[in-house]
Amino acid sequence: MAKTIIEKVWDRHIVYEEQGKPDLLYIDLHLLHEVTSPQAFEGLRLAGRKVRRPDLSFATMDHNVPTKNLPIIQDPIAKKQITTLERNCQEFGIELAHMEHPDQGIVHIIGPELGLTQPGKTIVCGDSHTSTHGAFGAIAFGIGTSEVEHVLSTQTLWQSKPKTMEIRINGKLGFGVTAKDVILAIIAKFGIDVGTGHIVEFTGEAIRSMTMEERMTICNMSIEAGAKAGLISPDQTTVDYLRDRRYVPKGAAFEEAAAEWLALATDEGAVYDTTLEIDAAAIEPFVTWGTNPSMGSGISANVPSADDFANESDKEALKKALAYMGLSEGTPLTQIDIQHVFIGSCTNARLSDLRNAAEVIAGQKVHPSVTAIVVPGSRTVKKQAEEEGLDKIFTEAGFEWRESGCSMCLAMNDDVVPAGERCASTSNRNFEGRQGAGSRTHLMSPAMAAAAAIKGRFVDVREMKLAHA
Amino acid sequence: MKPINEVRSVLTPLDHKNVDTDQIISKEFLKRIERTGFGKYLFHHWRYNADGSVNEKFVLNDERFKESTILVAHDNFGCGSSREHAPWAILDYGFQVVIAPSFADIFHNNCFKNGILPIRLSVGEVEELLAKGKAAPYALEVNLEQQTVRGEDGKTYSFTIDPYYKQMLLNGWDEISLTFQYEEHIAAYEQQHA
Ligand code: SF4
Repeated sequence: MAKTIIEKVWDRHIVYEEQGKPDLLYIDLHLLHEVTSPQAFEGLRLAGRKVRRPDLSFATMDHNVPTKNLPIIQDPIAKKQITTLERNCQEFGIELAHMEHPDQGIVHIIGPELGLTQPGKTIVCGDSHTSTHGAFGAIAFGIGTSEVEHVLSTQTLWQSKPKTMEIRINGKLGFGVTAKDVILAIIAKFGIDVGTGHIVEFTGEAIRSMTMEERMTICNMSIEAGAKAGLISPDQTTVDYLRDRRYVPKGAAFEEAAAEWLALATDEGAVYDTTLEIDAAAIEPFVTWGTNPSMGSGISANVPSADDFANESDKEALKKALAYMGLSEGTPLTQIDIQHVFIGSCTNARLSDLRNAAEVIAGQKVHPSVTAIVVPGSRTVKKQAEEEGLDKIFTEAGFEWRESGCSMCLAMNDDVVPAGERCASTSNRNFEGRQGAGSRTHLMSPAMAAAAAIKGRFVDVREMKLAHA
Repeated sequence: MKPINEVRSVLTPLDHKNVDTDQIISKEFLKRIERTGFGKYLFHHWRYNADGSVNEKFVLNDERFKESTILVAHDNFGCGSSREHAPWAILDYGFQVVIAPSFADIFHNNCFKNGILPIRLSVGEVEELLAKGKAAPYALEVNLEQQTVRGEDGKTYSFTIDPYYKQMLLNGWDEISLTFQYEEHIAAYEQQHA
């Protein structure tokens, strides 16, 4: 019978199944970071348990780390989390890319970079954006700390089999439209809980022509559509990306692995529980204006009005969101001024993202009323960008060029947007207070954020690109 | 984990949809390395104004709900990050039951690992509960064994729950100890896939 990749990968990881119980699933790769792991290790210690497979676990430090003046951490509590992770990794024998290690970076950026992320694996991390790794055709999902402890002790998880959903992106993307715009458009169209209880496979011509980095941006935000996980069937692009990465097999073993990976792709004629479609050509560069990722529109639109919604609770939600965001109904998006720009996060801080932003700002200056920072997703990305001279383009334009980490995506370190100020951000969540108490976040692509940095307001990056050409 | 079966309390009506984990527990409170002590930070930015004063308008600051152990809210409760600090904060504050039309997956899972009972009722039923709970304090009797929620006026709602998680909550089981009983299967799987 024709099967989806979701069923293929799931079925081959079942350790035990029984009617009336979730499946006991084997976990191939467990990624760890400093914020959601300390209580799990403490649990192990209290119960006198060991880590079953330290060799299948890998840790990094990303959420708390400062992005300047390394290695000094001012915040004593953050410092304690960092040293706690160091101690835990040492005690339990887990490989760690610590704060100053050349491999350090945001966990979802370094997994693929190192080739730890591979098609067909089950991958978990105490972090919801673990869905990023699905871009390779892995089943990858975020878990809570109790589950982190469960995986550390047993290398398994009890999981009820989710339903399957296909989101097909038909046709080709227009000029200046990126993967970020696609996923924001999908969430705006179908809602932030459309994927609840499902693993989503993204398919269609637009996906096939994307690079791995673009596919990662798409899968990264499947959690913002409520999905348990998001993934993409592997193809030659996947194989080419992985070849020669540190943790993938080499030589003949690689060719063998690659053949297996390609065979995982969803079979012709396989059926999903639900299929949704969206037309790539209709997607514009996107900007969010509200307090959840579905509250966004194409750049040519206006902030919606209560009249645009039929039901009371939606009108109410709009009013609450706009009150928080300090916006009025009907304002054209291109008239909204910003004070901050953040280019970074596991959604959009890979090399191609930085290139896209640099292309827009080259030879121009950041608007005088804007503070702009670039935070590369990993030390490797930072190094590669510097080799290409991207750092010069950014700093000459007036951006700050920082060390890698999560930074202003969730503002647990010192990178915070002040209350009442507005940030054009390439991250993934625009919840109230996400970038600092009272901060106002607008999500968009790196190119759109770069364009906003120059103009001091939202602009259609396609106009700037045309002016360039 | 403490077993849970019957819970009686007035409900706290939280009239919000898409309550995200950033609201439940804001990131500035995620730096503790313990599982306890998060309750005082629950919904911090809704409970307190920017100047630190108490936001009298927020439902958790309403004296009538101070002892409540049942939280009721709109759909997609617990969306956002995987932080288990969210259920820890809810439990530590004193809630044992959360009722909503739908929950985000990771949050829903996290509840069962911490002895919190998440109950799904229909949108209409939840709206009815919220309306009653907002009009005047309204007491509920939750019974997990029977899978029912009974209002003080006798109106009864039934809910479904995965039988596996029901047993876990009723017995307060530690899931890891349970899984160790499957060691044989895990070892066999590892051998096969080595
Ligand atoms: S960059 Fe943001 S979303 Fe990604 S792992 Fe870090 S905090 Fe989470």
